[in-house]
Amino acid sequence: MKEFHGRVVAPGCVSAPALVSHGGLNTLASFQKALQFGDKAATCGDQNNPDLYGKPMAGKALCLPQTIGSTTGGLVLYCACSMDRQPACLLFSNPIDSLAAAGSVLAAVWLDDVQMPVIDCLGEEFLNFVQDGMTITVKEDGTVQVGGPAS
Amino acid sequence: MKLTQEQQALLNGEKGQTMAKVMKTLVMYGEIFGAEKMVPVTSRYNHLVTSFGLKALGPVYDLMDQLIAAGAVSGQKFSADPRPLDPKVPANFLQNLVFKKFMYSKQGFYEGQLKALGLKDEDAFSCACYLDEQGNRPQQGEVLSWAESSAVVYANSVLGARCNRNSGIMDLMGSIAGFVPYFGLLTDEGRRASWVVKVQTTEKPEAQLLGSAIGMKVMEDVPYVVGLDRWLGNELNDSACAYLKDFGAATASNGAVGLYHIDGLTPEAKQQGKDLILPGAKEYVIDDAELRRVKESYPLVWKNPGAKPKLCFVGCPHLSLQQLKGWTDALEEGLKAAGRKKLAVPTVFTTAPGVKKAFEATGHAARFAATGAILSCICPLMYMNNPLCGPMPVITCSNKLRTYTTARYYTEAEILDIITKGAAGK
Repeated sequence: MKEFHGRVVAPGCVSAPALVSHGGLNTLASFQKALQFGDKAATCGDQNNPDLYGKPMAGKALCLPQTIGSTTGGLVLYCACSMDRQPACLLFSNPIDSLAAAGSVLAAVWLDDVQMPVIDCLGEEFLNFVQDGMTITVKEDGTVQVGGPAS
Repeated sequence: MKLTQEQQALLNGEKGQTMAKVMKTLVMYGEIFGAEKMVPVTSRYNHLVTSFGLKALGPVYDLMDQLIAAGAVSGQKFSADPRPLDPKVPANFLQNLVFKKFMYSKQGFYEGQLKALGLKDEDAFSCACYLDEQGNRPQQGEVLSWAESSAVVYANSVLGARCNRNSGIMDLMGSIAGFVPYFGLLTDEGRRASWVVKVQTTEKPEAQLLGSAIGMKVMEDVPYVVGLDRWLGNELNDSACAYLKDFGAATASNGAVGLYHIDGLTPEAKQQGKDLILPGAKEYVIDDAELRRVKESYPLVWKNPGAKPKLCFVGCPHLSLQQLKGWTDALEEGLKAAGRKKLAVPTVFTTAPGVKKAFEATGHAARFAATGAILSCICPLMYMNNPLCGPMPVITCSNKLRTYTTARYYTEAEILDIITKGAAGK
Protein backbone atom coordinates (compact mmCIF):
# COMPACT_ATOMS: atom_id res chain seq x y z
CA MET A 1 0.00 0.00 0.00
CA LYS A 2 1.16 3.51 -0.77
CA GLU A 3 -0.03 6.80 0.74
CA PHE A 4 -0.38 10.14 -0.95
CA HIS A 5 -1.38 13.48 0.56
CA GLY A 6 -3.38 16.16 -1.19
CA ARG A 7 -5.50 19.19 -0.44
CA VAL A 8 -9.08 18.64 0.68
CA VAL A 9 -11.45 20.44 -1.68
CA ALA A 10 -14.58 18.61 -0.48
CA PRO A 11 -14.17 16.57 2.70
CA GLY A 12 -15.28 13.02 3.30
CA CYS A 13 -14.12 9.43 3.76
CA VAL A 14 -14.68 6.73 1.18
CA SER A 15 -13.27 3.46 -0.10
CA ALA A 16 -13.75 2.50 -3.74
CA PRO A 17 -12.00 0.84 -6.70
CA ALA A 18 -9.83 3.17 -8.77
CA LEU A 19 -10.65 4.28 -12.30
CA VAL A 20 -7.75 6.12 -13.88
CA SER A 21 -7.63 8.71 -16.66
CA HIS A 22 -4.18 9.87 -17.66
CA GLY A 23 -5.58 12.57 -19.91
CA GLY A 24 -8.02 15.30 -18.90
CA LEU A 25 -11.59 14.20 -18.23
CA ASN A 26 -13.97 15.87 -20.65
CA THR A 27 -16.94 15.99 -18.27
CA LEU A 28 -19.66 16.72 -20.83
CA ALA A 29 -18.41 14.15 -23.34
CA SER A 30 -18.01 11.56 -20.57
CA PHE A 31 -21.34 11.95 -18.76
CA GLN A 32 -23.81 13.31 -21.34
CA LYS A 33 -25.21 9.99 -22.54
CA ALA A 34 -25.35 8.51 -19.06
CA LEU A 35 -27.38 11.42 -17.73
CA GLN A 36 -29.77 11.50 -20.65
CA PHE A 37 -30.52 7.86 -21.13
CA GLY A 38 -30.89 6.42 -17.68
CA ASP A 39 -27.50 4.74 -17.37
CA LYS A 40 -27.07 4.42 -13.60
CA ALA A 41 -23.52 3.11 -14.00
CA ALA A 42 -22.56 6.34 -15.78
CA THR A 43 -20.64 4.61 -18.57
CA CYS A 44 -18.05 6.98 -20.02
CA GLY A 45 -19.08 8.16 -23.50
CA ASP A 46 -15.94 10.10 -24.43
CA GLN A 47 -14.45 8.32 -27.42
CA ASN A 48 -11.38 10.58 -27.20
CA ASN A 49 -10.42 9.18 -23.81
CA PRO A 50 -9.06 5.65 -24.34
CA ASP A 51 -8.53 5.15 -20.59
CA LEU A 52 -12.20 5.65 -19.69
CA TYR A 53 -14.32 5.08 -22.81
CA GLY A 54 -16.97 2.47 -22.18
CA LYS A 55 -16.15 2.05 -18.47
CA PRO A 56 -18.63 2.73 -15.65
CA MET A 57 -17.72 5.81 -13.60
CA ALA A 58 -20.42 5.85 -10.92
CA GLY A 59 -19.11 4.71 -7.55
CA LYS A 60 -15.49 4.63 -8.73
CA ALA A 61 -12.56 6.55 -7.27
CA LEU A 62 -11.90 8.64 -10.35
CA CYS A 63 -8.19 9.49 -10.59
CA LEU A 64 -7.29 12.18 -13.12
CA PRO A 65 -5.08 15.18 -13.81
CA GLN A 66 -7.95 17.66 -14.28
CA THR A 67 -11.17 18.12 -16.23
CA ILE A 68 -11.28 19.74 -19.67
CA GLY A 69 -13.74 20.86 -22.33
CA SER A 70 -17.17 22.43 -22.18
CA THR A 71 -18.06 24.87 -19.42
CA THR A 72 -21.16 22.79 -18.80
CA GLY A 73 -18.69 20.61 -16.87
CA GLY A 74 -19.63 21.79 -13.37
CA LEU A 75 -23.32 21.67 -14.13
CA VAL A 76 -22.95 18.13 -15.47
CA LEU A 77 -21.18 17.03 -12.28
CA TYR A 78 -23.90 18.73 -10.24
CA CYS A 79 -26.58 16.80 -12.14
CA ALA A 80 -24.63 13.53 -11.78
CA CYS A 81 -24.52 14.10 -8.00
CA SER A 82 -28.21 14.96 -7.86
CA MET A 83 -29.08 11.79 -9.81
CA ASP A 84 -26.73 9.64 -7.70
CA ARG A 85 -24.52 8.77 -10.67
CA GLN A 86 -21.38 10.54 -9.45
CA PRO A 87 -17.97 8.93 -8.89
CA ALA A 88 -17.27 7.88 -5.29
CA CYS A 89 -14.60 10.58 -5.17
CA LEU A 90 -12.52 12.78 -7.47
CA LEU A 91 -8.75 12.56 -7.01
CA PHE A 92 -6.74 15.11 -8.98
CA SER A 93 -2.99 14.92 -9.49
CA ASN A 94 -2.96 18.63 -10.48
CA PRO A 95 -4.58 21.58 -8.74
CA ILE A 96 -8.31 21.38 -9.41
CA ASP A 97 -9.67 23.28 -12.43
CA SER A 98 -12.51 25.80 -12.32
CA LEU A 99 -15.16 23.49 -13.79
CA ALA A 100 -14.63 20.56 -11.45
CA ALA A 101 -14.40 23.02 -8.56
CA ALA A 102 -17.75 24.52 -9.56
CA GLY A 103 -19.39 21.09 -9.71
CA SER A 104 -18.07 20.21 -6.28
CA VAL A 105 -19.20 23.52 -4.73
CA LEU A 106 -22.63 23.50 -6.38
CA ALA A 107 -23.28 19.99 -5.08
CA ALA A 108 -22.11 20.91 -1.59
CA VAL A 109 -24.20 24.10 -1.32
CA TRP A 110 -27.37 23.24 -3.24
CA LEU A 111 -27.87 19.51 -2.72
CA ASP A 112 -28.57 17.63 0.50
CA ASP A 113 -26.66 14.55 1.60
CA VAL A 114 -24.27 14.32 -1.35
CA GLN A 115 -21.05 12.46 -0.69
CA MET A 116 -18.27 13.02 -3.20
CA PRO A 117 -14.94 13.78 -1.51
CA VAL A 118 -12.62 15.78 -3.74
CA ILE A 119 -8.85 15.89 -3.22
CA ASP A 120 -6.41 17.73 -5.49
CA CYS A 121 -2.64 18.32 -5.73
CA LEU A 122 -1.84 14.61 -5.28
CA GLY A 123 1.10 14.90 -7.66
CA GLU A 124 2.23 13.18 -10.83
CA GLU A 125 3.57 10.21 -8.89
CA PHE A 126 0.03 9.42 -7.72
CA LEU A 127 -1.26 9.18 -11.27
CA ASN A 128 1.78 7.16 -12.36
CA PHE A 129 1.26 4.69 -9.51
CA VAL A 130 -2.48 4.13 -9.37
CA GLN A 131 -4.11 1.62 -11.72
CA ASP A 132 -7.67 0.63 -12.54
CA GLY A 133 -9.20 -1.62 -9.90
CA MET A 134 -6.77 -0.81 -7.08
CA THR A 135 -8.55 -0.14 -3.80
CA ILE A 136 -8.53 3.53 -2.86
CA THR A 137 -9.24 4.79 0.64
CA VAL A 138 -9.76 8.52 1.13
CA LYS A 139 -9.45 10.00 4.60
CA GLU A 140 -10.86 13.22 6.03
CA ASP A 141 -7.43 14.94 6.12
CA GLY A 142 -6.70 14.43 2.40
CA THR A 143 -4.70 11.23 2.79
CA VAL A 144 -5.25 8.84 -0.10
CA GLN A 145 -4.25 5.21 0.42
CA VAL A 146 -3.74 3.13 -2.69
CA GLY A 147 -3.88 -0.58 -1.99
CA GLY A 148 -3.70 -3.75 -4.03
CA PRO A 149 -6.06 -4.93 -6.72
CA ALA A 150 -9.74 -4.83 -5.79
CA SER A 151 -11.17 -8.16 -4.65
CA MET B 1 -11.58 35.84 1.67
CA LYS B 2 -12.09 39.45 2.71
CA LEU B 3 -15.61 40.61 1.89
CA THR B 4 -17.01 44.13 1.76
CA GLN B 5 -19.86 45.02 4.12
CA GLU B 6 -22.35 44.58 1.26
CA GLN B 7 -20.98 41.16 0.34
CA GLN B 8 -20.87 40.03 3.98
CA ALA B 9 -24.48 41.15 4.43
CA LEU B 10 -25.53 39.03 1.46
CA LEU B 11 -23.65 36.06 2.89
CA ASN B 12 -25.31 36.64 6.28
CA GLY B 13 -28.73 36.35 4.70
CA GLU B 14 -29.87 39.98 4.77
CA LYS B 15 -31.47 39.47 1.36
CA GLY B 16 -32.78 36.01 2.15
CA GLN B 17 -31.44 32.50 2.42
CA THR B 18 -31.34 31.84 -1.32
CA MET B 19 -29.17 34.91 -1.93
CA ALA B 20 -26.99 33.80 0.98
CA LYS B 21 -26.51 30.45 -0.77
CA VAL B 22 -25.58 32.25 -3.99
CA MET B 23 -22.88 34.18 -2.10
CA LYS B 24 -21.74 31.07 -0.27
CA THR B 25 -21.33 29.31 -3.63
CA LEU B 26 -19.18 32.13 -4.98
CA VAL B 27 -17.10 32.42 -1.81
CA MET B 28 -16.40 28.67 -1.62
CA TYR B 29 -15.56 28.64 -5.36
CA GLY B 30 -13.11 31.53 -4.93
CA GLU B 31 -11.50 30.13 -1.80
CA ILE B 32 -10.54 26.93 -3.63
CA PHE B 33 -8.36 29.13 -5.86
CA GLY B 34 -7.02 31.34 -3.08
CA ALA B 35 -9.12 34.37 -4.05
CA GLU B 36 -8.75 37.06 -1.40
CA LYS B 37 -11.60 39.25 -2.56
CA MET B 38 -14.62 39.54 -4.84
CA VAL B 39 -14.65 42.09 -7.67
CA PRO B 40 -17.67 43.67 -9.40
CA VAL B 41 -18.84 42.28 -12.73
CA THR B 42 -18.38 45.25 -15.07
CA SER B 43 -19.59 44.01 -18.45
CA ARG B 44 -22.97 45.18 -19.75
CA TYR B 45 -24.26 41.66 -20.41
CA ASN B 46 -23.61 38.16 -19.14
CA HIS B 47 -23.54 34.99 -21.26
CA LEU B 48 -24.85 31.59 -20.11
CA VAL B 49 -23.82 28.23 -21.52
CA THR B 50 -27.14 26.50 -20.83
CA SER B 51 -29.78 27.15 -23.47
CA PHE B 52 -31.18 23.68 -23.94
CA GLY B 53 -34.25 22.28 -22.26
CA LEU B 54 -32.90 18.78 -21.87
CA LYS B 55 -35.25 16.62 -19.86
CA ALA B 56 -32.21 15.13 -18.12
CA LEU B 57 -31.28 18.46 -16.52
CA GLY B 58 -34.08 18.34 -13.96
CA PRO B 59 -31.77 19.29 -11.07
CA VAL B 60 -30.82 22.51 -12.91
CA TYR B 61 -34.45 23.52 -13.43
CA ASP B 62 -35.16 22.88 -9.74
CA LEU B 63 -32.30 25.18 -8.80
CA MET B 64 -33.47 27.86 -11.25
CA ASP B 65 -36.95 27.64 -9.74
CA GLN B 66 -35.49 28.27 -6.30
CA LEU B 67 -33.67 31.35 -7.59
CA ILE B 68 -36.73 32.76 -9.38
CA ALA B 69 -39.04 32.13 -6.42
CA ALA B 70 -36.65 34.02 -4.16
CA GLY B 71 -36.29 36.91 -6.60
CA ALA B 72 -32.58 36.11 -6.94
CA VAL B 73 -32.40 36.99 -10.64
CA SER B 74 -29.58 38.33 -12.77
CA GLY B 75 -28.67 41.95 -12.25
CA GLN B 76 -27.60 42.18 -15.89
CA LYS B 77 -29.36 40.88 -18.97
CA PHE B 78 -27.70 37.87 -20.59
CA SER B 79 -27.37 36.00 -23.85
CA ALA B 80 -27.25 32.20 -23.96
CA ASP B 81 -25.94 29.41 -26.15
CA PRO B 82 -27.92 28.37 -29.25
CA ARG B 83 -31.25 26.59 -29.16
CA PRO B 84 -31.06 22.86 -29.90
CA LEU B 85 -33.79 22.51 -32.51
CA ASP B 86 -34.81 23.96 -35.86
CA PRO B 87 -37.44 22.38 -38.16
CA LYS B 88 -35.31 23.34 -41.19
CA VAL B 89 -32.52 20.98 -40.16
CA PRO B 90 -33.07 17.53 -41.68
CA ALA B 91 -34.49 15.01 -39.20
CA ASN B 92 -36.60 11.93 -39.76
CA PHE B 93 -39.88 11.14 -38.05
CA LEU B 94 -38.24 9.16 -35.27
CA GLN B 95 -35.63 11.85 -34.59
CA ASN B 96 -38.32 14.52 -34.38
CA LEU B 97 -40.24 12.35 -31.98
CA VAL B 98 -37.18 11.79 -29.77
CA PHE B 99 -36.19 15.49 -29.90
CA LYS B 100 -39.58 16.96 -29.04
CA LYS B 101 -41.23 14.33 -26.87
CA PHE B 102 -38.22 13.04 -25.01
CA MET B 103 -34.92 14.92 -25.14
CA TYR B 104 -35.94 18.57 -25.37
CA SER B 105 -39.42 18.34 -23.93
CA LYS B 106 -38.47 21.00 -21.36
CA GLN B 107 -37.31 23.57 -23.95
CA GLY B 108 -40.32 25.87 -23.65
CA PHE B 109 -40.34 25.61 -19.87
CA TYR B 110 -36.61 26.36 -19.63
CA GLU B 111 -36.81 29.35 -21.98
CA GLY B 112 -39.52 30.68 -19.65
CA GLN B 113 -37.08 30.33 -16.76
CA LEU B 114 -34.38 32.14 -18.74
CA LYS B 115 -36.75 35.04 -19.44
CA ALA B 116 -37.61 35.28 -15.74
CA LEU B 117 -33.92 35.28 -14.85
CA GLY B 118 -32.91 38.03 -17.33
CA LEU B 119 -32.61 36.76 -20.92
CA LYS B 120 -31.57 39.67 -23.18
CA ASP B 121 -34.06 39.07 -26.02
CA GLU B 122 -35.58 36.39 -28.25
CA ASP B 123 -32.56 36.41 -30.57
CA ALA B 124 -29.96 36.17 -27.81
CA PHE B 125 -29.17 32.52 -28.55
CA SER B 126 -25.67 32.01 -29.95
CA CYS B 127 -22.34 30.66 -28.74
CA ALA B 128 -20.74 33.59 -30.62
CA CYS B 129 -22.59 36.29 -28.65
CA TYR B 130 -19.62 38.64 -29.15
CA LEU B 131 -20.18 39.02 -32.89
CA ASP B 132 -21.16 42.61 -33.76
CA GLU B 133 -24.61 41.53 -34.95
CA GLN B 134 -25.38 39.86 -31.59
CA GLY B 135 -24.48 42.87 -29.50
CA ASN B 136 -22.80 41.26 -26.51
CA ARG B 137 -19.24 42.37 -27.07
CA PRO B 138 -17.28 43.29 -23.93
CA GLN B 139 -14.45 45.80 -23.89
CA GLN B 140 -10.83 45.21 -22.92
CA GLY B 141 -10.41 45.03 -19.14
CA GLU B 142 -14.08 44.44 -18.33
CA VAL B 143 -14.79 41.69 -15.78
CA LEU B 144 -17.23 38.99 -16.91
CA SER B 145 -19.11 36.13 -15.31
CA TRP B 146 -19.53 34.25 -18.60
CA ALA B 147 -19.55 30.56 -19.37
CA GLU B 148 -19.35 28.78 -22.79
CA SER B 149 -15.78 27.73 -23.36
CA SER B 150 -15.46 29.15 -26.88
CA ALA B 151 -16.94 32.52 -25.87
CA VAL B 152 -14.79 32.82 -22.75
CA VAL B 153 -11.56 32.12 -24.62
CA TYR B 154 -12.53 34.62 -27.35
CA ALA B 155 -13.50 37.34 -24.85
CA ASN B 156 -10.23 36.91 -22.96
CA SER B 157 -7.90 36.51 -25.91
CA VAL B 158 -9.28 38.59 -28.78
CA LEU B 159 -11.20 41.25 -26.83
CA GLY B 160 -8.94 41.43 -23.77
CA ALA B 161 -11.84 41.11 -21.32
CA ARG B 162 -11.28 39.21 -18.06
CA CYS B 163 -13.20 36.04 -17.33
CA ASN B 164 -12.49 32.69 -15.74
CA ARG B 165 -13.70 29.47 -17.31
CA ASN B 166 -16.85 29.51 -15.25
CA SER B 167 -19.16 26.57 -15.26
CA GLY B 168 -22.81 26.66 -16.18
CA ILE B 169 -24.87 27.82 -13.14
CA MET B 170 -21.75 29.49 -11.70
CA ASP B 171 -22.01 31.97 -14.61
CA LEU B 172 -25.49 32.95 -13.41
CA MET B 173 -24.46 33.16 -9.75
CA GLY B 174 -21.93 35.87 -10.61
CA SER B 175 -24.47 38.07 -12.31
CA ILE B 176 -27.07 37.53 -9.57
CA ALA B 177 -24.62 38.66 -6.89
CA GLY B 178 -22.91 41.21 -9.15
CA PHE B 179 -19.49 39.97 -7.97
CA VAL B 180 -17.06 37.24 -8.91
CA PRO B 181 -14.08 35.90 -6.97
CA TYR B 182 -10.79 37.44 -8.03
CA PHE B 183 -8.42 34.72 -9.21
CA GLY B 184 -6.95 33.09 -12.29
CA LEU B 185 -7.63 34.86 -15.57
CA LEU B 186 -8.94 37.95 -13.79
CA THR B 187 -5.45 38.71 -12.45
CA ASP B 188 -2.42 40.08 -14.32
CA GLU B 189 -0.28 37.14 -13.16
CA GLY B 190 -2.89 34.58 -14.21
CA ARG B 191 -2.82 35.97 -17.74
CA ARG B 192 0.88 35.30 -18.29
CA ALA B 193 1.89 32.43 -20.54
CA SER B 194 3.52 29.22 -19.32
CA TRP B 195 3.88 27.83 -22.84
CA VAL B 196 5.50 29.22 -25.96
CA VAL B 197 4.01 27.63 -29.07
CA LYS B 198 6.07 28.01 -32.23
CA VAL B 199 4.07 27.65 -35.44
CA GLN B 200 6.45 26.49 -38.17
CA THR B 201 4.08 25.16 -40.82
CA THR B 202 4.70 25.64 -44.52
CA GLU B 203 1.15 26.91 -45.13
CA LYS B 204 -1.58 28.61 -43.10
CA PRO B 205 -2.60 26.00 -40.52
CA GLU B 206 -6.22 24.92 -40.30
CA ALA B 207 -7.61 26.94 -37.37
CA GLN B 208 -9.47 24.10 -35.69
CA LEU B 209 -6.61 21.65 -36.14
CA LEU B 210 -4.02 24.04 -34.71
CA GLY B 211 -6.31 24.83 -31.79
CA SER B 212 -6.88 21.15 -31.14
CA ALA B 213 -3.14 20.43 -31.07
CA ILE B 214 -2.48 23.28 -28.65
CA GLY B 215 -5.43 22.43 -26.40
CA MET B 216 -4.36 18.82 -26.06
CA LYS B 217 -0.79 19.85 -25.25
CA VAL B 218 -1.22 22.76 -22.80
CA MET B 219 -4.57 21.70 -21.23
CA GLU B 220 -5.61 24.73 -19.13
CA ASP B 221 -2.38 26.71 -19.32
CA VAL B 222 -1.96 29.99 -21.20
CA PRO B 223 -0.05 29.63 -24.48
CA TYR B 224 1.84 32.45 -26.21
CA VAL B 225 1.78 31.61 -29.92
CA VAL B 226 4.55 32.87 -32.19
CA GLY B 227 4.67 32.56 -35.96
CA LEU B 228 0.92 32.76 -36.55
CA ASP B 229 0.92 36.46 -37.38
CA ARG B 230 2.86 35.43 -40.48
CA TRP B 231 -0.41 33.91 -41.73
CA LEU B 232 -2.97 36.16 -40.04
CA GLY B 233 -1.26 39.56 -40.26
CA ASN B 234 -1.11 42.10 -37.47
CA GLU B 235 -4.63 43.50 -37.54
CA LEU B 236 -7.72 42.02 -35.91
CA ASN B 237 -9.80 42.26 -39.08
CA ASP B 238 -12.86 40.09 -39.88
CA SER B 239 -10.75 37.31 -41.32
CA ALA B 240 -8.33 37.14 -38.37
CA CYS B 241 -11.17 37.31 -35.84
CA ALA B 242 -13.05 34.47 -37.55
CA TYR B 243 -9.89 32.38 -37.58
CA LEU B 244 -9.24 33.05 -33.89
CA LYS B 245 -12.88 32.25 -33.02
CA ASP B 246 -12.52 28.76 -34.53
CA PHE B 247 -8.98 28.27 -33.25
CA GLY B 248 -9.99 29.21 -29.72
CA ALA B 249 -13.02 26.93 -29.69
CA ALA B 250 -10.74 23.99 -30.48
CA THR B 251 -8.21 24.93 -27.78
CA ALA B 252 -11.05 25.08 -25.25
CA SER B 253 -12.85 21.88 -26.22
CA ASN B 254 -9.85 19.66 -26.94
CA GLY B 255 -8.14 21.10 -23.86
CA ALA B 256 -9.21 23.68 -21.31
CA VAL B 257 -7.61 26.87 -22.62
CA GLY B 258 -9.28 30.04 -21.35
CA LEU B 259 -6.79 32.54 -22.78
CA TYR B 260 -4.16 32.56 -25.49
CA HIS B 261 -1.91 35.30 -26.79
CA ILE B 262 -0.97 35.59 -30.47
CA ASP B 263 2.33 37.40 -30.93
CA GLY B 264 1.85 40.67 -32.79
CA LEU B 265 -1.93 40.30 -33.05
CA THR B 266 -4.06 39.93 -29.90
CA PRO B 267 -4.39 43.02 -27.68
CA GLU B 268 -2.25 42.04 -24.71
CA ALA B 269 0.44 40.49 -26.92
CA LYS B 270 0.59 43.76 -28.85
CA GLN B 271 0.76 45.83 -25.68
CA GLN B 272 3.10 43.69 -23.57
CA GLY B 273 4.82 41.44 -26.11
CA LYS B 274 7.04 38.68 -24.79
CA ASP B 275 6.91 40.15 -21.26
CA LEU B 276 3.74 38.04 -20.99
CA ILE B 277 5.84 34.87 -21.07
CA LEU B 278 6.66 33.42 -17.63
CA PRO B 279 10.26 32.43 -16.90
CA GLY B 280 10.79 28.73 -17.59
CA ALA B 281 7.87 28.51 -20.00
CA LYS B 282 7.66 25.19 -21.84
CA GLU B 283 7.96 25.05 -25.63
CA TYR B 284 5.82 23.29 -28.23
CA VAL B 285 6.78 23.35 -31.89
CA ILE B 286 4.02 22.78 -34.44
CA ASP B 287 4.99 21.89 -37.97
CA ASP B 288 3.19 20.12 -40.81
CA ALA B 289 4.05 16.68 -39.42
CA GLU B 290 2.67 17.53 -35.98
CA LEU B 291 -0.63 18.72 -37.42
CA ARG B 292 -0.82 15.55 -39.51
CA ARG B 293 -0.15 13.44 -36.40
CA VAL B 294 -2.90 15.19 -34.47
CA LYS B 295 -5.45 14.79 -37.24
CA GLU B 296 -4.62 11.11 -37.67
CA SER B 297 -5.07 10.55 -33.93
CA TYR B 298 -8.78 11.36 -34.01
CA PRO B 299 -10.86 8.24 -33.46
CA LEU B 300 -13.43 7.33 -36.10
CA VAL B 301 -16.45 5.82 -34.38
CA TRP B 302 -18.72 5.29 -37.36
CA LYS B 303 -20.08 1.76 -37.57
CA ASN B 304 -19.17 1.71 -41.26
CA PRO B 305 -16.01 3.78 -41.77
CA GLY B 306 -16.61 3.81 -45.53
CA ALA B 307 -20.18 5.12 -45.27
CA LYS B 308 -21.29 7.95 -47.55
CA PRO B 309 -21.93 11.10 -45.48
CA LYS B 310 -25.64 11.78 -44.89
CA LEU B 311 -25.32 15.18 -43.28
CA CYS B 312 -22.69 17.88 -42.88
CA PHE B 313 -22.47 20.63 -40.25
CA VAL B 314 -20.39 23.78 -40.71
CA GLY B 315 -20.41 26.43 -37.99
CA CYS B 316 -19.53 25.22 -34.52
CA PRO B 317 -18.90 27.79 -33.14
CA HIS B 318 -21.41 29.89 -35.09
CA LEU B 319 -20.19 31.43 -38.35
CA SER B 320 -19.49 35.13 -38.78
CA LEU B 321 -21.02 37.18 -41.59
CA GLN B 322 -17.69 37.22 -43.40
CA GLN B 323 -17.42 33.43 -43.13
CA LEU B 324 -20.94 32.92 -44.51
CA LYS B 325 -20.09 35.10 -47.51
CA GLY B 326 -16.81 33.23 -47.99
CA TRP B 327 -18.57 29.85 -47.89
CA THR B 328 -21.16 31.08 -50.42
CA ASP B 329 -18.40 31.98 -52.88
CA ALA B 330 -16.62 28.70 -52.24
CA LEU B 331 -19.79 26.61 -52.67
CA GLU B 332 -20.56 28.26 -56.00
CA GLU B 333 -17.04 27.75 -57.27
CA GLY B 334 -16.96 24.15 -56.03
CA LEU B 335 -20.30 23.30 -57.65
CA LYS B 336 -19.25 24.93 -60.90
CA ALA B 337 -16.02 22.93 -60.98
CA ALA B 338 -17.95 19.74 -60.22
CA GLY B 339 -20.60 20.48 -62.87
CA ARG B 340 -23.38 20.37 -60.30
CA LYS B 341 -26.14 22.79 -59.32
CA LYS B 342 -26.87 21.54 -55.80
CA LEU B 343 -24.75 20.23 -52.95
CA ALA B 344 -24.21 16.49 -52.96
CA VAL B 345 -24.53 16.18 -49.19
CA PRO B 346 -27.25 17.94 -47.16
CA THR B 347 -25.27 20.63 -45.39
CA VAL B 348 -26.32 22.86 -42.51
CA PHE B 349 -24.43 26.09 -41.89
CA THR B 350 -25.05 27.46 -38.41
CA THR B 351 -24.82 31.08 -37.37
CA ALA B 352 -26.14 33.57 -34.83
CA PRO B 353 -29.68 34.97 -35.27
CA GLY B 354 -28.34 38.51 -35.72
CA VAL B 355 -25.83 37.36 -38.33
CA LYS B 356 -28.53 35.37 -40.13
CA LYS B 357 -30.66 38.49 -40.44
CA ALA B 358 -27.71 40.55 -41.69
CA PHE B 359 -26.75 37.83 -44.17
CA GLU B 360 -30.30 37.55 -45.49
CA ALA B 361 -30.15 41.26 -46.30
CA THR B 362 -27.14 40.73 -48.59
CA GLY B 363 -27.01 39.51 -52.18
CA HIS B 364 -25.14 36.42 -50.99
CA ALA B 365 -28.26 34.95 -49.33
CA ALA B 366 -30.05 34.00 -52.56
CA ARG B 367 -26.84 32.58 -54.03
CA PHE B 368 -26.30 30.54 -50.86
CA ALA B 369 -29.86 29.17 -50.94
CA ALA B 370 -29.48 28.27 -54.61
CA THR B 371 -26.76 25.77 -53.72
CA GLY B 372 -29.23 23.85 -51.56
CA ALA B 373 -27.34 24.69 -48.37
CA ILE B 374 -29.41 25.17 -45.21
CA LEU B 375 -28.91 28.12 -42.87
CA SER B 376 -29.85 27.62 -39.23
CA CYS B 377 -29.19 29.05 -35.77
CA ILE B 378 -29.18 25.78 -33.83
CA CYS B 379 -26.40 24.19 -31.83
CA PRO B 380 -25.26 21.24 -33.97
CA LEU B 381 -23.81 19.62 -30.90
CA MET B 382 -27.19 19.54 -29.22
CA TYR B 383 -28.81 18.26 -32.43
CA MET B 384 -26.37 15.34 -32.60
CA ASN B 385 -26.50 14.57 -28.93
CA ASN B 386 -28.94 11.66 -29.23
CA PRO B 387 -28.70 7.92 -29.85
CA LEU B 388 -30.25 8.15 -33.33
CA CYS B 389 -27.32 10.25 -34.56
CA GLY B 390 -24.83 7.65 -33.32
CA PRO B 391 -25.02 5.39 -36.39
CA MET B 392 -25.53 8.35 -38.77
CA PRO B 393 -22.48 9.32 -40.88
CA VAL B 394 -22.22 13.05 -40.18
CA ILE B 395 -19.19 15.07 -41.25
CA THR B 396 -17.92 18.43 -40.01
CA CYS B 397 -14.96 20.81 -40.09
CA SER B 398 -15.58 21.64 -36.42
CA ASN B 399 -13.17 20.10 -34.00
CA LYS B 400 -15.54 20.95 -31.16
CA LEU B 401 -18.40 19.03 -32.77
CA ARG B 402 -16.05 16.11 -33.46
CA THR B 403 -15.01 16.04 -29.82
CA TYR B 404 -18.50 15.70 -28.39
CA THR B 405 -20.27 13.60 -31.02
CA THR B 406 -19.73 10.85 -33.58
CA ALA B 407 -19.22 13.42 -36.36
CA ARG B 408 -16.15 12.82 -38.52
CA TYR B 409 -13.68 15.67 -38.85
CA TYR B 410 -12.36 16.98 -42.16
CA THR B 411 -10.55 20.21 -42.98
CA GLU B 412 -12.61 22.97 -44.56
CA ALA B 413 -11.09 22.25 -47.99
CA GLU B 414 -11.93 18.55 -47.66
CA ILE B 415 -15.48 19.36 -46.57
CA LEU B 416 -15.93 21.63 -49.59
CA ASP B 417 -14.73 18.84 -51.84
CA ILE B 418 -17.07 16.27 -50.32
CA ILE B 419 -20.22 18.38 -50.28
CA THR B 420 -19.77 19.84 -53.76
CA LYS B 421 -18.43 16.78 -55.58
CA GLY B 422 -19.94 14.02 -53.51
CA ALA B 423 -16.41 12.71 -53.17
CA ALA B 424 -15.86 10.15 -50.43
CA GLY B 425 -13.54 11.36 -47.70
CA LYS B 426 -10.15 9.81 -47.12
